Amino acid sequence: MTSVLYDVPGPKARVRARIVSWGTGLIVVAVLGYAGLTLWQKGMWDPTRWDIFNDPLVWAALLRGLVVVLQSALVATVLALLLGMVFSLLRMSSHRIVRIPTTVVLEFFRGMPVLLMMLFILLAFPGISAFWAVVSALAVYNGAIIGEALRSGVVALPKGQREAGLAIGMRPLQARLQIEFPQAFRNMLPIIVAQIVVLLKDTALGYIVGQVALIREGELLAEFVGRQQYFFSIFLVMLAMYLAVNLTISTIARQLAKRRGITVSKVVADESLSVQT
Amino acid sequence: MVIFDNLPLYFEAFLQTLSLLLLTTLFALPLGTVIAAMRISPIGSLRATATVYTEILRNTPLVLVFIFCFVVLPILGVVLPFMFSAVLALTLYTAPFFAEAIRSGINGVPVGQAEAARSVGMTFGQTVTLVVLPQAIRSVIPPIINVMIALTKNTSIAGGFFIFELFNSGRRLVNDNGDQVIAVLVGVAIFYLLITIPLGQLADYLERRVVIKR
Repeated sequence: MTSVLYDVPGPKARVRARIVSWGTGLIVVAVLGYAGLTLWQKGMWDPTRWDIFNDPLVWAALLRGLVVVLQSALVATVLALLLGMVFSLLRMSSHRIVRIPTTVVLEFFRGMPVLLMMLFILLAFPGISAFWAVVSALAVYNGAIIGEALRSGVVALPKGQREAGLAIGMRPLQARLQIEFPQAFRNMLPIIVAQIVVLLKDTALGYIVGQVALIREGELLAEFVGRQQYFFSIFLVMLAMYLAVNLTISTIARQLAKRRGITVSKVVADESLSVQT
Repeated sequence: MVIFDNLPLYFEAFLQTLSLLLLTTLFALPLGTVIAAMRISPIGSLRATATVYTEILRNTPLVLVFIFCFVVLPILGVVLPFMFSAVLALTLYTAPFFAEAIRSGINGVPVGQAEAARSVGMTFGQTVTLVVLPQAIRSVIPPIINVMIALTKNTSIAGGFFIFELFNSGRRLVNDNGDQVIAVLVGVAIFYLLITIPLGQLADYLERRVVIKR
């Protein structure tokens, strides 16, 4: 472990580091143990708080919620990828009449909270279901971000790629779709996959605008079996479900980033893309 | 025009959003610095602790963190004021993102810089304060601002949990002005853009300056 802040440790420093490491490790374990013990004294690990999970109906409800989460995420991802391509095409258009309004609209989409966009869609289109409001807001917002990623991917390509395409008689759009996009997409894949993790997390926002997905199912379940007694355990199960799904996709994102090497950080001219929340 | 009629309400909500943003930054930035320091320290157990914390929080939806602070903590007997819970949730969630920004900034300083400083006889303190930190801080500030932009948008979730900020003001105004939904919500969006766009411009500007200096 070397860093710009300190020299590569020698044998003495390594021994010292190991001792300190064990010491602080023990402190961390002690703190966690204390927290666990406190919860135990409050009876949080008591079987009476966990016995609902013997009931298959409980699992059915939670899994039904999880399926809705995955469905929303999947549909929104597909739409976001398509929209991202459209947005980046428009944003790179050679006509100013197209380019400038698109830039303004994209800036607008990226600058406002997704949650607000969900509410907006829900209210501006009466009769739309909560599911589609959530999905379309996620698609538009993430489409704007993926579009920017694709655009900076295209900008980072050598100019000769496009010129070669035009030289052999391709139309400009053809060169963009058949030559530039496939390369930009591959270079940007880690960023796009990371954005999909963000999208998946953001499906949870549906809870606030009234979509019945995992969190709402868990809450309804808790109301039914007794909130005070069971919500803690239901919360932990929901957390585990979200973590399992997200960590899987995050790991895939990291693998992709590793395979593509360090090129990503060089390709990303637009800083705002490299920080996801 | 509904926006102008309700300007005081918008403004009140805007200030609440702003104070969520500033309070969270105030707490999350130091916490993020600590996490970043732990993650680049030579002490293995600190590194592991910080990594696990970062991984868990970064892969948990913020809504779930809010539910932890607003619903689970009271069940455990910890009852906090709403505003306190909201800032707590946002801080817990945002700190790892600040940490990543800081860590990548520090790691972005080439090791040769420190080696050069040491080889001309600077002490450790001099190396850090005169050579490494000035460069690291410069490249850390734009990503930190980007995290703040994301945080601004995330404060809207507090509106779903009893805090009267911009998102929530939108919901209330829509209830009172059912016929002017679009105007009300565009108004809310503009107030958000009032924070996010200047911050974005600032980040871009600083970034260009950093690139030129290097």
